[in-house]
Amino acid sequence: MSIPVLKFDAVIVGAGGAGLRSAIQLSEAGLKTAVLSKVFPTRSHTVAAQGGVAASLGNSEEDHWTWHMYDTVKGSDWLGDQDAIEFMCKKANEVVVELEHYGMPFDRTDNGKIYQRPFGGHMSNFGEKPVRRSCAAADRTGHAMLHAMYQRNVKANTQFFVEWMALDLIRDEEGHVLGVTAMEMETGQVVIFHARATIFATGGAGRIFYSSTNAFINTGDGLGMAARAGIPLEDMEFWQFHPTGVAGAGVLITEGVRGEGGILRNSSKERFMERYAPNAKDLASRDVVSRAMATEIKEGRGCGVNKDYVLLDITHLDPATIMKRLPGIHEIGLQFAGVDCLKEPLPVVPTCHYQMGGIPTHYSGRVVMPQNGDMNAVVPGFYAGGECACASVHGANRLGTNSLLDLLVFGKSAGDSAVEDLKAGKAHRDLPKDAADKSLARIAAIDNRKGGANVHETRLAMQRTMQDHAGVFRFGDMLKQGVEKILEVEKAARQLEIKDKSQAWNTARTEALEMENLIEVAKATMISAEARKESRGAHVRDDAPDTAEFPNGRNDKEWLKHTLFSPVDNSISYKPVNMQPLTVEPVALKTRSY
Amino acid sequence: MERADYERLRWRCIRRALLELDITLTRFLDDGFDKLTEEEKKVFVELADMEDHELWYWLSGKTECDDPRFAPVVAAIRKS
Repeated sequence: MSIPVLKFDAVIVGAGGAGLRSAIQLSEAGLKTAVLSKVFPTRSHTVAAQGGVAASLGNSEEDHWTWHMYDTVKGSDWLGDQDAIEFMCKKANEVVVELEHYGMPFDRTDNGKIYQRPFGGHMSNFGEKPVRRSCAAADRTGHAMLHAMYQRNVKANTQFFVEWMALDLIRDEEGHVLGVTAMEMETGQVVIFHARATIFATGGAGRIFYSSTNAFINTGDGLGMAARAGIPLEDMEFWQFHPTGVAGAGVLITEGVRGEGGILRNSSKERFMERYAPNAKDLASRDVVSRAMATEIKEGRGCGVNKDYVLLDITHLDPATIMKRLPGIHEIGLQFAGVDCLKEPLPVVPTCHYQMGGIPTHYSGRVVMPQNGDMNAVVPGFYAGGECACASVHGANRLGTNSLLDLLVFGKSAGDSAVEDLKAGKAHRDLPKDAADKSLARIAAIDNRKGGANVHETRLAMQRTMQDHAGVFRFGDMLKQGVEKILEVEKAARQLEIKDKSQAWNTARTEALEMENLIEVAKATMISAEARKESRGAHVRDDAPDTAEFPNGRNDKEWLKHTLFSPVDNSISYKPVNMQPLTVEPVALKTRSY
Repeated sequence: MERADYERLRWRCIRRALLELDITLTRFLDDGFDKLTEEEKKVFVELADMEDHELWYWLSGKTECDDPRFAPVVAAIRKS
C-alpha cells in the first residue's frame, strides 16, 4: 500500500508546554517544523497546571539557583541526576524571562517585577526556611503559558496538525529515528512524517491508574511508541499521588478539607488516623495519610461494593463554614460522587497525579539508551522533553512547580539540540520500505478482529490492577501478584476488538490505539516497582520500613540507581545516578526529612 | 446530526484539558445530549469549543452563565 509521506526537518509529537517550547526553537531557527496533537494545542493537559513555575529570580527575597538545586535533589530523594538538576535550576530564570517576553501575563509586584509565592519544598539557604520562588499567572499558569507559546509558534510558522494521532516511531536498521507514522482522525488516513529530528512531548500516562487526576488524554502515547521501538523506559516505578481524590472520578479534594476539620473514616466509621498518627491524626503529612488509607483498604476496611475507598467526613462541620472556607467542595461532591457532603461523607482514595519516570534522556534532550556497553548512548534523531521524558530531574519525587519548569527547560533544550544536530548537516536518511507496515498492521488487526477484547473492559482491568497492586503504598506480595495480573491484561490488550469500522472520526479505534500505549506503561510500572526492594521518594513499600540502618526504608548501598525497563523482553537493568553536577559540589546524600 | 459531526463532537468532549470536563461532558453525551433540541445541540457544539476554564466555571456554578442562549444548555448539563 502506498502511504503519503510528508517531509519535515523536525516533527514534534504533542502540543503541550514541552512540545510548543521545542517548536519555537526549531521554527525560529528557520527549520520546517510540524507539531502533531490529538487536540487543539491550548487544550493540552498543561492547561490544568495551576501552581506556577519555579525560578530563583529573587524578586521578593534573596534566592539562588544552588538553593533551588539543593531542594530538587532532596525532593528527588537523591535519585535525580545532579548534572540535569543543575542545568534546569540554572536555566530557570532565562526561560521564565523569555516566557514573559512572549507575552505571558505573570502576576506582578507593585514595582512591576514578576510576583513570586512560596510553594512546598522550596527553601532558602539549603533547606533553612521557605522561599518565594513560584511565578504564576493567577490560577491559570499552564493555560496562560500555552497561549503565549502557541502565538509565538504561529508567528514563527510552525505547522500544526491538529486532531492527529501519532502511531509509531520509525527507526532504521542502524537505530536512527526517522520520524513517525500518524493518523488523521477526520479521515482515518495514515501518513508518514519523515523527519531529520523527532521530538516527543506527549505528556504523562496517569490514566493507567483507576484513580487519577490526569485528564483522559494522558495515555502515554510517547512511551508506548518508544517501547514498541525497543527503547527502554526509566524509573517507571515512581508516580506521585495525592491522598484525597474523589473515588471513581479522580477529581482532587483539597487537603484544606482536613485542615478545616475533615475526618477520615473506614467502613466501620472508625476514625482510623488515630491509630496511625495519634497526635496529628487527620492532619498528618501527606505520605502518612496516604499510607494509612492504603492499609485500611488492603486490610479489608475499605467502603463500597469493592471495599476500595475510605470516607472523608465533614458532616459535623457548620455548613456555613464549609461553603465559606471550602468553596467548590460541595459542588465537587455533588457532581463527581453524587454526594451532598453537608449530609454524607465523601468517598476518597489516594490518586495518581504525576509520572516521574519516562523516556531516558540526557539533559540536552537527546534520548539515550544502553548500546554496546555505553549506558547512555544517544539514539540518533530522537529527542524528548516534559513529563514523557526522564532527564532525570525529579528522581523519586517531584517538587511542586518544577513540572512547568521541566517542560520549559527541557522543551527548549531538546529543540536547541535538534537545531544543533540539523545545522551540522544531517540529511534525511532513507525510509525503510516497511516504514508504515507495523502501524497499518496494528490498525487492520483492531479493525478486523472478531471475538477480541473490549477496550473499555480491558482499560478498567488494567486500571484496577494498577490501583490495587502498585498504588501509593506498596506490598511485596501484592506487587508479585500484580506482575502476573498485568501480564494477563496485556494479553487482552493485544487482542482488542471494536464494533465501529468507520474510517472518519472513529473514536473507538483511537481509544483502542491509546490502550495499546497505556498497557506498555502499566507493565513497565508494575515490573519496575516489584523489582525495587527499597522505599524511596514516592515508591514506598511495606516490606522496606523505616529503620536506623535504612531511614525511611531507603537503601543507598543497593538501590541508588536508575531502573531501566526493557520492553523487548520485560527485563530490568540499572544504571548509576549521576551524582556529579556540572560546576558545583555535589549535594551529599542524607536522610530526606522536612 | 451526521455521524462524523457527532463523533468529532464526541472526541472534543472526551479529550479535554481538564479532567472535570472530560467526566462531565462524557456523562452528558451519554445521558442528556439526545434530549436536546436541534437548536440546543448547535449551542452545545459551541460550548464544547470554549476554553476549558471558562466552560468549567459555568458548569460548576463558580460563575453564572449570563448568556440567555447558552444558559438552558448549561443548566441541562449541570442537571445531568
